[in-house]
Amino acid sequence: MCAMTSDTPHVTLDSLDVLWFQVAGTICNLTCQHCFISCSPTNKTFGFLSLETVESALLESVAHGVKEYYFTGGEPFLNPALVPMLERTLEFGPVTVLTNGTVLKDEWLRRLRAASETSKYSLEFRVSIDGPDAERNDPIRGERTFDRALQGIRKLCEFGFLPIITMTQTWDDSENEAVLSQFRQVLRGVGNERPRLKILPRIRIGAEAERTNGYDEFERITSEMMDGFDQSQLLCSYSRVVTDRGVAVCPILLDSPDALLGATLEEAAEEFPLAHGACYTCYQFGSICTNPSTKRQEHG
Amino acid sequence: MMSREDSPPRREVFALFGGIYSNAPALRAAIGDALQQNATRFYCLGDLGAFGPHPDRVFPLLHEYNIETVQGNYDDSIGNGLNDCQCGYTDPRDNHFAQISYDYTLSKTSEPNRRWMRDLPKEIRFECAGLRFLLCHGSPRRTNEFLWESTTSTAFLDRLADDYEADVILATHTGLHWQRELSDGRLFVNVGVLGRPANDGQCCVWYTLLTIEWDHDTAPQLTVKFRPVHYDHERLAAEMRSEGLPDEFVQTILTGWWTTCMEVLPAKERLRGKF
Ligand code: SF4
Ligand code: SF4
Ligand SMILES: [Fe+2]
Repeated sequence: MCAMTSDTPHVTLDSLDVLWFQVAGTICNLTCQHCFISCSPTNKTFGFLSLETVESALLESVAHGVKEYYFTGGEPFLNPALVPMLERTLEFGPVTVLTNGTVLKDEWLRRLRAASETSKYSLEFRVSIDGPDAERNDPIRGERTFDRALQGIRKLCEFGFLPIITMTQTWDDSENEAVLSQFRQVLRGVGNERPRLKILPRIRIGAEAERTNGYDEFERITSEMMDGFDQSQLLCSYSRVVTDRGVAVCPILLDSPDALLGATLEEAAEEFPLAHGACYTCYQFGSICTNPSTKRQEHG
Repeated sequence: MMSREDSPPRREVFALFGGIYSNAPALRAAIGDALQQNATRFYCLGDLGAFGPHPDRVFPLLHEYNIETVQGNYDDSIGNGLNDCQCGYTDPRDNHFAQISYDYTLSKTSEPNRRWMRDLPKEIRFECAGLRFLLCHGSPRRTNEFLWESTTSTAFLDRLADDYEADVILATHTGLHWQRELSDGRLFVNVGVLGRPANDGQCCVWYTLLTIEWDHDTAPQLTVKFRPVHYDHERLAAEMRSEGLPDEFVQTILTGWWTTCMEVLPAKERLRGKF
């Protein structure tokens, strides 16, 4: 997968705006067929983060002027320390949790509601569902996962949250509008009156490479392509991810040995070669991993 | 001769106007209010056009009151005749409305005004009472960066203040006013906008009065006051209608609730609004 040549461009970490926590490692209650880091109940390549690890990264992050924090996995809510971690992080800055929405408990959401009300920062939930009906979603994410995720969204709305629904696009571009409008309707049906939807491109590594196909050799970023390209579009120019095995360049490339850069944020500040197929998707689609409120632009 | 100890305390009052969005009546009302509040200096942080009717009506006011102006993303776009406003919305509905008002504003802004906007600075810097002020549009590092209250950590603002060597950073662009105290007595203020209401169900719009008081032996005191501006919003709405601007925008002026471009709002700010 990694094919570094002399032509491979490098991206510097311009400013550490976004810090990710790989809080559930690669452990997930689901085994989605398109998961780019092949998460499952038994994939222990990366393990849970401890509250202490999160705490010390938070303290280190202040000196770097981190603007926002993201929690991902695997399924973050499998980590028993997640709720206290989120409560603590909301004292430092805004928090986004990427969840599959299938394991949410009232008690957790009640606490998180209270934490987000006392914080001056937003607590965002991003729920992944891969289509507006079970026919599209379940073959990829697993049986009954559509209904279960939808119930998760209902719950989030009941507790006063406004989840962002993300879907990995497994259909043709021409169907996007129809998919979105069907989705809005379905979401209103579960009490989500203000649907916020985000379509994500497929990242063709991990399980997704098995499901469909991986990247061709020519699908790599070249130096020539970087000419005049605004590198601030790439997550790796403004972000790092804390894992139980050290700090990695981005949450996408965890399975690549070269992605682990060091033990601390300081050590992980080095530039990174864009040698991977997934980098090509980032190049095409820009900041796919962050929320619309932090959109980064080319101009201005 | 007056001894050092006797020198009188000093005071400056800055009136800080955010995006005008062609709302000339609101700008006029804000200037009136600021004069009554004894404002000594006037600044505008950019985005003169967009949203409202008759963009050329804003410029004479800026000139008459010597309002020093920063270039917003809209001013850069209109000034240079770009294709869009660089707001960077991704929702097709948002883009649809944004494009209507952009095309309208571009076609209705005179060539001299466009030239004037083209030459506006990206930032204004000065010192007052020993404090370094930095006036920008979105953020010191990017004209169209959104700095929302609920998605901007204090650590990040401290970093901006360090990197851009400022004690007071003033910005606009999001449409919502807020402030944050930073380390070492430094300050960030989003001054709000005069162009449209703050998505709070009120028809008034907002600007910021920043008062600095100092004398020889005390640290300068900064006081921020967000001032509501009431103006003839019904008349503005009528003008928007007769200029064929989108009814969604007219509703915002009449109701105080945003109706478009909500996608970029973080959860906290979005939950405060109606839509
Ligand atoms: S895509 Fe998300 S929900 Fe699915 S297996 Fe991977 S981490 Fe779990
Ligand atoms: S996958 Fe994307 S974020 Fe990760 S290193 Fe490549 S370009 Fe950067
Ligand atoms: Fe702007």
